[in-house]
Amino acid sequence: MTILDYTLEELHERLVNSELTSVQVIEAVYEKINETEPNVGAFLALNKEEALKQAREVDKNGIDPNNILSGLPIGIKDNIVTKDLTTTAASKMLEDFVPVYNATVVEKLAEAGMISIGKLNMDEFAMGGSTENSAFKVTRNPWNLSKVPGGSSGGSAAAVAAGQLPASLGSDTGGSIRQPASFTGIVGMKPTYGRVSRYGLIAFGSSLDQIGPFTRTVKDNALVLNAISGYDDRDSTSYNGETPDFTENIEAGVKGMRIGVPKEYFHEDAKEKGVVESVRAALKKYEELGAEIVEVSLPHSKYGIPAYYIIASSEASSNLQRFDGIRYGYRAEGVKNLEELYVKSRSEGFGLEVKRRIMLGTFSLSAGFYDAHFKKAAQARTLIRQDFEKVFEDVDFLVAPTTTSTAFEIGGRIDDPLAMYMADILTVPVNLAGVPSVSIPCGFSDDMPVGMQLIGKHFDEQTLYRAAYAFEQATDFHKQKPTFKGGK
Amino acid sequence: MNFETIIGLEIHVELKTNSKMFSPSPAHFGAEPNTNTNVIDWGYPGVLPVVNERAVEFGMKAALALNCTITQDTKFDRKNYFYPDNPKAYQISQFDRPIGHDGWIEIEVNGEKKKIRIERVHLEEDAGKNTHGSDGYSYVDLNRQGTPLIEIVSEADMRSPEEAYAYLEAVKQIIQFTGVSDVKMEEGSMRCDANISLRPFGQEEFGTKSELKNLNSFNFVRKGLAHEIERQERELIAGRELMQETRRYDETTGKTILMRVKEGSSDYRYFPEPDIPNLLIEDEWIEKVRQSLPEMPKERRTRYVNKLNIPEYDAEVLTSSREMSDFFEETVANNADPKQVSNWLMGEVSAYLNSEKLSFSETALTPKSLAEMINLIADGTISSKIAKKVFRELISNGSDDVKALVEAKGWAQLSDPSKLLPVINETLDQNEQSIEDYKNGRDRAIGFLVGQIMKKTRGQANPGIVNKLLKEEIEKR
Repeated sequence: MTILDYTLEELHERLVNSELTSVQVIEAVYEKINETEPNVGAFLALNKEEALKQAREVDKNGIDPNNILSGLPIGIKDNIVTKDLTTTAASKMLEDFVPVYNATVVEKLAEAGMISIGKLNMDEFAMGGSTENSAFKVTRNPWNLSKVPGGSSGGSAAAVAAGQLPASLGSDTGGSIRQPASFTGIVGMKPTYGRVSRYGLIAFGSSLDQIGPFTRTVKDNALVLNAISGYDDRDSTSYNGETPDFTENIEAGVKGMRIGVPKEYFHEDAKEKGVVESVRAALKKYEELGAEIVEVSLPHSKYGIPAYYIIASSEASSNLQRFDGIRYGYRAEGVKNLEELYVKSRSEGFGLEVKRRIMLGTFSLSAGFYDAHFKKAAQARTLIRQDFEKVFEDVDFLVAPTTTSTAFEIGGRIDDPLAMYMADILTVPVNLAGVPSVSIPCGFSDDMPVGMQLIGKHFDEQTLYRAAYAFEQATDFHKQKPTFKGGK
Repeated sequence: MNFETIIGLEIHVELKTNSKMFSPSPAHFGAEPNTNTNVIDWGYPGVLPVVNERAVEFGMKAALALNCTITQDTKFDRKNYFYPDNPKAYQISQFDRPIGHDGWIEIEVNGEKKKIRIERVHLEEDAGKNTHGSDGYSYVDLNRQGTPLIEIVSEADMRSPEEAYAYLEAVKQIIQFTGVSDVKMEEGSMRCDANISLRPFGQEEFGTKSELKNLNSFNFVRKGLAHEIERQERELIAGRELMQETRRYDETTGKTILMRVKEGSSDYRYFPEPDIPNLLIEDEWIEKVRQSLPEMPKERRTRYVNKLNIPEYDAEVLTSSREMSDFFEETVANNADPKQVSNWLMGEVSAYLNSEKLSFSETALTPKSLAEMINLIADGTISSKIAKKVFRELISNGSDDVKALVEAKGWAQLSDPSKLLPVINETLDQNEQSIEDYKNGRDRAIGFLVGQIMKKTRGQANPGIVNKLLKEEIEKR
């Protein structure tokens, strides 16, 4: 066992009995990053000096035994703004952008005593499912370096899977936490829309975006969600209700629970049979643990992909207009007038996929097309949400594969955006409905991790953690270590 | 005139809140450029808008005062366009569910009353300000960015520049009475765009309209519209087809100048603002705001005429501003005669305020002191001539006790016969020739004698009483 094999909980115990110091933990993190970054490529910026300074502070003041995350490391996806630390959203548009304020989640992590290690790679402005759309670097899957880590939070997932970090934050608009968690064999939670403040998250699809944690274990995940949840008066869409302790009753098991299995989410004819097989086996395990399995239907999920790509792109087309070269960010040189300044700055500053979505969104909102596109998509969204509400009258949570396949080859789909979009088919309905969903490892297919997602009722993350924990304790998928296949 | 004029106005009014529509920055002016701003006003990455509840309440108050129905499930929308004074490249506004709709107000032109319908009142945020420096750079000041606004859109119900003027005046008065805005056109807290078109009398459909901008004063609205009527008429009579144009009123030439021809409507790609949940306005809130509305100018006028016996013209002037109207009412409440109060407010007080460019609150005059002074005139303690002196004192230095002030300054009239008689008799003794003259029918002699008595009393003698006593004393001789 090395320091970084410990969970957050285990690290905390060791800090409390003085077996370890915070400085030792943080130093171990940066050593591990040094050693594995050439293979993985998860980070866009490191915060080493400041992190060590904070660790020394924690050690000097002594560990508060009640403050379980104090002095422990975490990484932040690069679309979450961090004061005085470059925040690029993996875009040339924000290459040198150093924010003057902290996102609410960053403040909350600091209050919990967590130490920010650095900023993690992603698809530009969170648009993509492979992290290949980063303007700056390629992030590789620690299980097989020729494969993608998933996306858009690929850096956040790869860093945790590679053992560089015990925890990181990602964001999920259409699957950007769950899909990379699934591809890298770790735990990734997309909380209920409104559970976590979006203040300081660079907006992509404002009505869908949600920040959530990546960890190797379920309980660690609940601990980090505890730290970042809660009402924020700077975000009117944040939930103004109670925030429970997500670790409460986590060990209570699934006996007597009813698990819904949405038939539309099991593509038995998929090319990669290992995925559905692993999830079927997991459902057997749940039955052994005393849960009841019920087949359910979410008939409108088939409209998920078009509805999602219209709504998310429409909102993005508006959200990304502020990147105009006037006040901050990339500004084109040698322009003759205002219009040229806009056009050239944006043409040069944004990458291909971002421009594709801006065009799709702008088109969907245009006069004459709005009713047939945006409005229709919003109606489909209501139907999808109602599907979920209906099945949750009968079951406690749902289980489905997170993705239709395991991680694919780097470069394998980059020229086929439609195939890339279709791969989100199992994750986007959850965002459209605003419900929570956690992806946990549930098997392997051709030596690559398979993830399954547990989908819950609005603001019922507790049930998801409890069920995920029960499965995790009954299996050892989360204990498997990536092999860095193909690495130096 | 062969054509009927059709006018509709779009009026922007800045709401007088402490902070901005969607950010906690201060919403007042005059600060150094970009100092009343924060990350939200800059359109920084990651920031979110939070609705200023006070602005919603103010918007509701204005909408109710304009007899609108409140939209109880109101929401905000994004209006997308690029411009440097618009940092998010979208303005948060209201598209299909404005806070208020279907209102109306009454105007009066040449003694004729008319209802002008109001299509909608919606909430939105103001933009910043671009200035173009002589150094070749353009500058952006975001202090104004995010200031809460309401836009009041009338139906195309006005048929002349005079009606448009009267409507604008009435809207200004009503909003001013609600207290939600300063509504000063010269300071930009009230702005007006006008849509105007002509059509042959009897024709159902509207003609091609032009939109007039830069109407920065009440007079410009009237003059701009008048000029535009002439221009459109000239074009139509010459058989030329009008284009849908945006035109700017030029105050130096008094003409309207073409800014751009509209080809179709601009596409602002409105869609629901995802960062702000729909706003559900409960009945109780609407009722609370309705209860908080002050009595409107029209109702006040009726009351002044019917209950206080004030002439209609006076009532009109007294209700031209909330401050004047409130001052009037408080003075009357201090037991002063309403007509006298009205005379003073419309005369001396207004003249003073205009010449000194002050508002009521900037002077030392209070309703109580004005009432006391008016009552001292009524009971003969001071003459109306002296009253002007007293007034000067009250408005520049003020007084808690006008009677004491008058006494201390020795401004009271001498009305007591026991004090006046010795002076009168002394004067008569010294001017026997005048008594003779008077008895011989020369009335002028009385004037001379009164003058002498006034001189002896340093102008304090009550002239009416002096006259009466003087005649009595002469008769006795």
